[in-house]
Amino acid sequence: MRPHNNHTDHAALAAIFNRDEPRVDWHDQTLWWVRRKRDVAASKVPEWEQLREAASRIKDNVLSHLSGYLAQFEEAAMRNGVKVHWAADAAEHNAIVYSILQRHRVDRMVKSKSMLTEECGLNEFLHEKGIDVVDTDLGERVVQLAGEPPSHIVLPCIHKKKEEIGEIFHEHLGTPSGNADPKFLTHAARLHLREKFLTRRVALTGINFAVAETGEFVVCTNEGNADMGAHLADVHIACMGIEKLVPERRHLGVFLRLLTRSATGQPITTYSSHFRRPRPGQEMHVVLVDNGRSVHLGRPDFRNSLKCIRCAACFNTCPVYRRSGGHSYHTAVGGPIGSILSPNFDREKNADLPFASTLCGSCSNVCPVKIDIHQQLYKWRQVIVREGYAPVVKKAAMQTMNWVLSNPGLYHAAGKTGRWFLLHVPFAVNNGLNAWYRQREMPEPPKQSFGEWYKKNKHE
Amino acid sequence: MRVGLFIPCYIDQFYPQVGVATLQLLEKLGCEVVYPPDQTCCGQPMANSGFGHLTHGCNDLFIKNFSGFDYIVAPSGSCVLHIKEHLHGEGDASAKQAAGGAGSKHPDGGEHPDGGADIAGKIFELVEFLTDILKIERLDAAFPHKVGLHQSCHGQRGLHLAQMSELMAPPFSKPERLLSMVKGLELTGLDRLDECCGFGGTFCVTEEAVSVKMGKDRVADHIKHGAEFITACDMSCLMHMEGILRRHKSTARVKHIAEILNSQ
Repeated sequence: MRPHNNHTDHAALAAIFNRDEPRVDWHDQTLWWVRRKRDVAASKVPEWEQLREAASRIKDNVLSHLSGYLAQFEEAAMRNGVKVHWAADAAEHNAIVYSILQRHRVDRMVKSKSMLTEECGLNEFLHEKGIDVVDTDLGERVVQLAGEPPSHIVLPCIHKKKEEIGEIFHEHLGTPSGNADPKFLTHAARLHLREKFLTRRVALTGINFAVAETGEFVVCTNEGNADMGAHLADVHIACMGIEKLVPERRHLGVFLRLLTRSATGQPITTYSSHFRRPRPGQEMHVVLVDNGRSVHLGRPDFRNSLKCIRCAACFNTCPVYRRSGGHSYHTAVGGPIGSILSPNFDREKNADLPFASTLCGSCSNVCPVKIDIHQQLYKWRQVIVREGYAPVVKKAAMQTMNWVLSNPGLYHAAGKTGRWFLLHVPFAVNNGLNAWYRQREMPEPPKQSFGEWYKKNKHE
Repeated sequence: MRVGLFIPCYIDQFYPQVGVATLQLLEKLGCEVVYPPDQTCCGQPMANSGFGHLTHGCNDLFIKNFSGFDYIVAPSGSCVLHIKEHLHGEGDASAKQAAGGAGSKHPDGGEHPDGGADIAGKIFELVEFLTDILKIERLDAAFPHKVGLHQSCHGQRGLHLAQMSELMAPPFSKPERLLSMVKGLELTGLDRLDECCGFGGTFCVTEEAVSVKMGKDRVADHIKHGAEFITACDMSCLMHMEGILRRHKSTARVKHIAEILNSQ
């Protein structure tokens, strides 16, 4: 079963991840290395910060005129011979994909580059209908074979060491046990997947950008699997969230320069494939998925999270993500951006995520479309508490603390030599277990507070 | 110049020497400093935990204590940022813009009727005040030690006390510039210039495992580069790192930047 079905909160899952400190170090350093690659790539573009600003403004325009651009895109795509579908939610999306497969009497499909289908739970849905879905991107395939969700939206199996991948391949693909040579394993995967590409009649891909002006869409990949799947299949289904639009083709120049530099530090993905019309004899479908996005669009404080182009720069820079692992976020899209998108989908289930941050702000700074991620984390906290999803113990502690801190008399009486503080300050808030003291010494209360010192030394 | 001294609650309670150093430093530099005795807390611990709607008591108290000064100065980037961003006057769009607010209804669940905007424009973190208002060019201070500078996130990314490693922009550092004026002080380096230490307010207990791991890694980076002292503009980060240093019986210590800038 996928971990995010056995829901526990981020802190608990992160604590489990932290039981193996060398592994945490490895995970942290691997992703920090990606962040550094991003820094180097960005530093080579003199107008980097202007590019971010331009991208942010283009997306502002898109979000402000979304319905118009969607209609424009649909019309252009239909003119190009593409069949366009509208899905209000995940269930509709899954049903549309299934109906296409049924119509073609197909029970197997290859898939590439789609976090949206993760969000919609398409694999599980189709599996129950007896459809065999093969994720063809190497990292996706690894986690699929392991029976796990991706732990990262760009590097789905970044939590797996190569030795573990060797064992998964040994078990599922029959490679020799103990062989963890990346080149060998990649070759084995290639042979295994080639057979799938050649025998599948339907290919599903994600969409990185859809152009309203032309009705075309762009899929960015490094392995070329989206192309291989789409070009060999009789039917190409491409699924996108409704926010993936850009107004005009020329705007791609801004986003394609930002996307991969932010994601992996490459100047651009190996393949930036433009799909515009089906080749003769082929069917091409685009599924436009809302799934909560239009509701989100109506929230002024949170709407600009829909600018996200899924580069995962915020994952790689996040000191919490690097030390808690992607599965601790128990959602399809984790990390900082997932923590502000997920409460939109399911407030109760994801009430913990906006708290899985120190609000350090690094995420907002690396974001290529300038989403104010850490500000939105703060704002979600306020919403979640007001809607009643805060733990009762925390609520009581906060009320007590607030009562004392609002009353100078109480504060001075309580605060003598820090005794009250040691029991009630934020860092000792769950004092039953004293989470501060487990791995840290407490501050030593001084003989007098500053207030007392001031009174003695400055007022007498 | 009449300066209201704002001493954050945990400094008042646990690190009075930081308050004393801040006061002495400001007085040495010619400020008339007043400490309003009825101050308690800026309300940040509650607000960052999602309980911003409870902080009206703290807000009222803060405005009452700190109205009428030319400037308000505190030895904490984090508390100053909180006041700047979340102590708004109702409908005061210019104050919101200055604080980087979104211009929509304040998410704390309400807004302070008046006084907030005035205070947001007058409050300064100590290093920022010394650099931008007093425009300090030299300091009579000595601290002959190897010192690692921890860039506390709210001061750095919130108040722009130093350039952020994520941005492609020219480097600068207000705290580093002040520390370079201290005789005998040798600044040590870091592998990761501005990674968060993991304190994060209530995060330090609600996410204990990750918080401690972040703190351990931050401390290790400083020690690896030979720091005898770790300094910062925020005592909260230092309290967290001190807890880890002491638990591991490290010889490295923490010292707030006010103490270093005030040492003779």
